[in-house]
Amino acid sequence: MKFIDEFRDQEIAKGLIEKIKKSSSKSIQLMEVCGTHTVSIFRYGIRGLLPDHIKLISGPGCPVCVTPNSDIDFAIALCRQEDVILTTFGDMMKVPGSTSSLQVEKAEGRDIRIIYSSLEALRIAKENPEKKVVFFAIGFETTSPTIAVAILHARQEGIQNLFFLNSQKRIPPALYALLQSRQVKINGLILPGHVSAILGTGPYQFISEEFSIPAVITGFEPLDILQGIWMLVKQIEENRPSVEIQYKRIVKKEGNPLAMEKIETVFKKADGNWRGIGRIPESGYRFKEPFQAMDARRFEVVVEPSKEHPECLCGEVLQGIKTPLECRLFKKACHPENPIGPCMVSIEGTCHTYFKYQ
Amino acid sequence: MAKVDVGGFLREISLDLCPDVSVGEYVLIHTGFAIQKVDEEDAKETLALLQKMAEAI
Repeated sequence: MKFIDEFRDQEIAKGLIEKIKKSSSKSIQLMEVCGTHTVSIFRYGIRGLLPDHIKLISGPGCPVCVTPNSDIDFAIALCRQEDVILTTFGDMMKVPGSTSSLQVEKAEGRDIRIIYSSLEALRIAKENPEKKVVFFAIGFETTSPTIAVAILHARQEGIQNLFFLNSQKRIPPALYALLQSRQVKINGLILPGHVSAILGTGPYQFISEEFSIPAVITGFEPLDILQGIWMLVKQIEENRPSVEIQYKRIVKKEGNPLAMEKIETVFKKADGNWRGIGRIPESGYRFKEPFQAMDARRFEVVVEPSKEHPECLCGEVLQGIKTPLECRLFKKACHPENPIGPCMVSIEGTCHTYFKYQ
Repeated sequence: MAKVDVGGFLREISLDLCPDVSVGEYVLIHTGFAIQKVDEEDAKETLALLQKMAEAI
């Protein structure tokens, strides 16, 4: 078993689609929270396979997309310092800040290095003791423990020149804010598989308990997604909202306690600033006291006043309020070669996915 | 650190977040870290359930 092809079986998929059609009677709207789900749903044409009364909408689960311009501007200000090496995940390079991007800065000669893992930032810091190495730390709960591990290693090894521009986000408080705002009709949530591999089911209980909305932690292969939708349909039809796990081969009820422990050792919960949504209570992290020296926000740099393109709808797209098709810039001024908002940059961004598959 | 086979390529990844793995097991990798073991029993159970459902149609 390779855990991939088996979950792409066409005959089983047909059976699941029939099952969904037979057991659903209500007109419902389900949100897939995670950008990776959006990509899978489009790649396998799942929207077109569902009956007309089941609608899927995309949510805020793309870490590049939710990073606000002010943080990108901060990263740009940092990389302009002579003694700084800025390290970042590749997706952040093309995201436009207020007046520049990391890609433009790199072309102008700044030392910006694309890395795949937080541990590479640690290695670069060791190899360049005369430089300040900053890691632009974005990501959700899947990535946060990996960043915490790099921080703990740096401390253990006495590395003094590694710093973190922290822009990490927590998914459950964002979902809370989304459900509380009631701007979008949501009858069920397809919860992210890999964030939940760390979190487990505990942090999502409010979804069913407080909002009476069904939720299913779902994997990323077509059979996973179809089964997740079927489980949501059943919860809705039987009127028994709860948090269930479809992606059982990866997600355990308790999540990954060791990973959670790493996060909690290094970070405390703090308000997070989300693009287009604004400040959400406890949706981000701040360094705990023993690690504050590694906070790159302590650097004295001049950050330009943040501004966003007035017509970009990324904020509304991230909340499921609008689709990319409603944006005047989509496929005209804004496309993957010349992205205006981050949702067109990231391969998990809703606009990028619509551009590629719609 | 451990060596993993990713689609035929050998990659070095960290086991800091998932230390309890043995040679031959599958892991989920995220940004150079194993973050969870893939549970073969659960995978088989899910597939058997889906197979049964599809046949019942």
